[in-house]
Order: sequence, then structure tokens, then C-alpha cells
Amino acid sequence: MEKRVTFKGWLLPLLLIAPQVLISAVFFFYPAGQAIWQSLFIPDPFGLSMQYVGLGNFEYLLGDPYYRASFLTTAVFSTLVTLASMIPALFLAVVADRLIKGASVYRTLLVWPYAVAPAVAGVLWLFMFNTRVGVVSWYLGLLGYDWNHVLNGSEAMGLVVVASAWGRISYNFLFFFAALQAVPKSVIEAAAIDGAHFWRRFWTIVLPLLSPTTFFLLVVNVVYAFFETFGVIHTITAGGPQQSTTILVYKVFADGFVGQDLGSSAAQSVILLVVVGLLTIVQFKFVERRVHY
Amino acid sequence: MATVELDNIKKRFGGTQVIHGVSTAIEDGEFIVIVGPSGCGKSTLLRMVAGLESVSEGEVRIDGERVNEREPMARDIAMVFQNYALYPHMSVRQNMGYGLKIAGLPKSEIAAKVDEAAALLQLEPYLDRRPRELSGGQRQRVAMGRAIVREPKVFLFDEPLSNLDAKLRVQMRLEIRDLQNRLGITALYVTHDQVEAMTMADRMIVMNAGRAEQIGTPLEVYERPQTLFAAQFIGSPSMNVLDATMQDGVLHLGGATMPAPTTATGKVTVGLRPEHAIADPEGPLSLTVQMGEPLGANTLLHGRIGDGSEAFTISLPGVHHATAGERIAFRVLPENLHFFDPETGARID
Repeated sequence: MEKRVTFKGWLLPLLLIAPQVLISAVFFFYPAGQAIWQSLFIPDPFGLSMQYVGLGNFEYLLGDPYYRASFLTTAVFSTLVTLASMIPALFLAVVADRLIKGASVYRTLLVWPYAVAPAVAGVLWLFMFNTRVGVVSWYLGLLGYDWNHVLNGSEAMGLVVVASAWGRISYNFLFFFAALQAVPKSVIEAAAIDGAHFWRRFWTIVLPLLSPTTFFLLVVNVVYAFFETFGVIHTITAGGPQQSTTILVYKVFADGFVGQDLGSSAAQSVILLVVVGLLTIVQFKFVERRVHY
Repeated sequence: MATVELDNIKKRFGGTQVIHGVSTAIEDGEFIVIVGPSGCGKSTLLRMVAGLESVSEGEVRIDGERVNEREPMARDIAMVFQNYALYPHMSVRQNMGYGLKIAGLPKSEIAAKVDEAAALLQLEPYLDRRPRELSGGQRQRVAMGRAIVREPKVFLFDEPLSNLDAKLRVQMRLEIRDLQNRLGITALYVTHDQVEAMTMADRMIVMNAGRAEQIGTPLEVYERPQTLFAAQFIGSPSMNVLDATMQDGVLHLGGATMPAPTTATGKVTVGLRPEHAIADPEGPLSLTVQMGEPLGANTLLHGRIGDGSEAFTISLPGVHHATAGERIAFRVLPENLHFFDPETGARID
């Protein structure tokens, strides 16, 4: 049964939704509208004049091999970040769920990385993997592996994935942990009496019961990988080497503010908006239906 | 088909001891009800038999074999939980077949067993539904079905009916008892409801504060309660308890005297069930009525005994119109008096 409040006038309801509408208008609709508007023009580098080009910016982008490569990079990057932040988080949550003593200390420690700003996290990882003075690259050198993410594209990708996923593990851990605690104990006990050992219970009972949380985290982490990893990439690789870590959102920045091609940058934002919108619709249409029981 | 023996079972959680040595031997096919108030340790005792709690001291034996160290799955038991504990993401069929699937039975055999159990429990129309699409009584049946398909040695029930409404509870009580009879599987059943205990048990264990106060058939416990606690816990409305004195074979109770067949002397605690009061204008005892509760078949009268201040309840057959302040005289047959030691609460014959 749904409870609805009915208002007689229209002033109060309007007033009540005004803050939300205002925030959406100022921070979402206005910039999004600006981006769509600007994507139809090519401005000069000093912003003094604009030339209308219609869909020219989009046509150019879709024909650009660098832009198409950036799509692939983004797909690889966001898949890896999502997996690398969710799987360890789930493992840590399962381990923490079994703890009895010191659980709260362990939990608190696991949450700390989330408090580190992405750019700072990026710098931390950069120092550890620095090709000259990095601790990790030095140890890798002792093992006979010549680490150089400045030259090697796959190594650069690995590094930005790890640096982006690291802080997210805490966030995902919190959700998985709460979800695990919400699984009724008697259901687990019933499975134990039915003869299922720990891992069997995990795969057949616990994991399916976690699926609403898993789905939520999937959506949130994909969005994170698309948009919020800018700081990490900017500090560690700045999109390089040879654009091997230039994800779509980084290219928006690089083309717009470094390359001064504001029209193309705006067009890229619009495409990104559409892509993420579609992705979210697909996730909700096809995945969400299977995760509620 | 199995016997279960509990040999001086004790349980400690940290420094707190919650079960203080319970022993009993349960015969093959017997239906044992463990009954007691909240927190008396009855569920803990059951969970120790199931293997969901470790046994601090003592030995649990199933079919004569020590099972203390065995995992729940290795004990060949099945349990029905209070909240049913069905797997919410599986259909009724999958719920019932889960244990068999894990045991590695072929699909056709699983299907046959599930169908058989479903027929027994009238669950056939619901086999493809999820638990959330079922009513409380149906979920209860699925939980039972999950227990019986595995053909365990022992059934364990942990307050399985407490989430059902009163009418359904009466019906399921009969169904569970009937099913256990037909299958002949030894059962341990935990409840806080003394009516369930009375109606279902072959023998009951009355528990209080981690101790077994009495182990016996329902009528044994009702007719000869071994402790004051068992006397008051079993029977509804609960037994009246009064302080009295025995002198030279004569009982002084509520301002009256009467002969009493007991070995007790001096101060005693006397127990008297409300339904054993017989209205009699010549009777030695009297009740000053404060309130009446007509139940149709009988009437409960609450008040004070004699001129005293002690609360007392009697139950008279049929409808009885009594007004507040009225005095009703009654008598009691000597064999219906129960005597307990005022210090220890133990029965004195």
C-alpha cells in the first residue's frame, strides 16, 4: 500500500521540490544544455567567435581512429576497475563476516583508503611504481622484471586500474559487508544441515542473496570508472603512453583544455552522456530483472 | 530411525553457564517436546543436538555414537526453523531438493522424492513458486518437506508454529504429529507453548534456567509435577500456590482445615489446580470473587482466598454468573492437592 500526501494548493509542493529542481537545473541541465549547444560550433581558441558546423564535430569524431581507440580503452579500463574493486571487496567482506574478535578494528582499517582523495592515491601509487625511485619497481627489478609504465602501455593500464580500484575496494567492502550481515543466519544454518560446505553455501546461497547489492555496486562502479578516475589518470600517466590510458572522460579534458578544441570536447561530452545513459538503461532492463527474488 | 541420548549436557558462553547438565534417553520413533519459558536454554539444547552449537561438556549420542565433534551435515538430522529459513531465491521444488542435490543424487531420483513429499504435504500446486509467494502455513509445509525428503534419523523442530495464527497452529500441530507418526522418525520439538507440549509430546522435558525440571509424559507432569516450576508452567490457567501449614496430618489452608495425604510437616507450599475446585456450599474453602471470565464451556473466577489476600483462581464448569465481592464456597479432593518444599520447590508426597 502506498501512502501519498495530497496537497490542496500548488505553492507548498512547488516550494518543497524547489531545492532539488534548482540543484538539477544549475549543475546538470544548464551545463548539459551548454555542452549540447557548444557541440554544434567550432569556437576559435580565444573564445571570441564561434562558427556553426551542425553535426560536423560528431562526424569528425566518429571518423577519428584515436577516438574509436579511446572507446576500447574505456571498455577495458572500466571492466578491469569494476572487477578489481568488487572481487577483492567481496573476499574481504566474507572474511570479515566470519571474524568474531576485532571485527570492528578490521572494518575501520579497511574503510580508510576510501578517505584518500583519488589524486593523492594516484601520486602514492606513482611513487611506489616510479621507474627510478619506486619501491615496487625496484623489487620487480631485483626479480628480473623491468617495470616501465612510462613506455609500456599495458603496464600503464595495469597501474591506473590498480590505483583506481584500490580506494573503491573500501567502498564496495562496506556494502558487501552490510549485505552479508543481512543474510539470515538460519538460512545459512539450514544449508549447513542440508550438507553444504562453506564454499558450496557461498556459491549457491550467499552469492545469490547478495545479488541486489552486487548489481547496485556494478552500476555505481562502472559510472565511477567512467567519470571519477580522472584524477588518478591525470596524476599517473596523463593518458599516455601513446594514449593507451586515455579513457573517454580524459580525452574530453585533453582535447578541450589542452588541445583547445572546445567544440569537439563538447561533442565528446554529449556522446559520453548518451553512452552512460544507454549503459544504465541496459543494466536495469536486463540485469535487474534477474536479481530480485 | 534412531535413538538420541543426552548425557549430562552442559553449555557455557564465555563465563556464563546456560545449560547445567541435562540427561535423557530418547527412544526410536519417540516425539519429545522440550518446553520452557524464554531464555531457559531449550533452543540452545536443540542446537547442540543439531551441531549448530558446540557442546561444552557431556555427550550427545545418536544411535549410540558420539556426535559432539561432527558437523551438522554428518549427523543425519533435519531441522525446521522458527522463521522456516527457506532459500528465498529458489522455487519450492529447489528448496526441497537442495539437500539431495548436494548429496549428489541423480536428478530423476531427486524429482521422485520431492514429488512424493509434496504429495504427502499437499504442496503439489506450489512446486514452482518462490517462498515469498506462499502463505505462512505453506512455507511451514515447505520447511517440513525439506526436512522429510532427506529421510533423516532425527527431526529437530525449533518453535516451528510460533509464527502462525491460532487456528492454523492447531491444524499444523495435528499434521506434524500425524506425519511423524507415519514416518516413525524420532523427533525433538522445542516450544514455549505448554498446550503444544501437552498435545504433541510422547514425553516432555520441562526446562527452567538451564535445568530439566521434569522429564515425563504430559499426564505424568500434569498429575504429579516434580517441582513447583513444572507445576505452575504446565496447565492452563496456571496452578494456584499457597503457603500453608501441616500439623498432625491436618492441613491449615486459607483459614480452613482439612485432612491431607502427605508426609510433609510444618510449613509447606500447597498447589491447587483451578479446575480441581468443586463448587460446594458446604465446602471448607471460599473465594471472594473480583472478576469472572466466562469462556463458554467453563468460567474462570479470579479473586482472593478466604479472608486472606492471596490471589486465587478457580475454574467452574458451565456458565457461572458471579458478581464482584461474592463469596463462593468450594472443596477440593485430597488427591488433587500438591505439596512442595517451600525452600527447594521439590515435590513432597
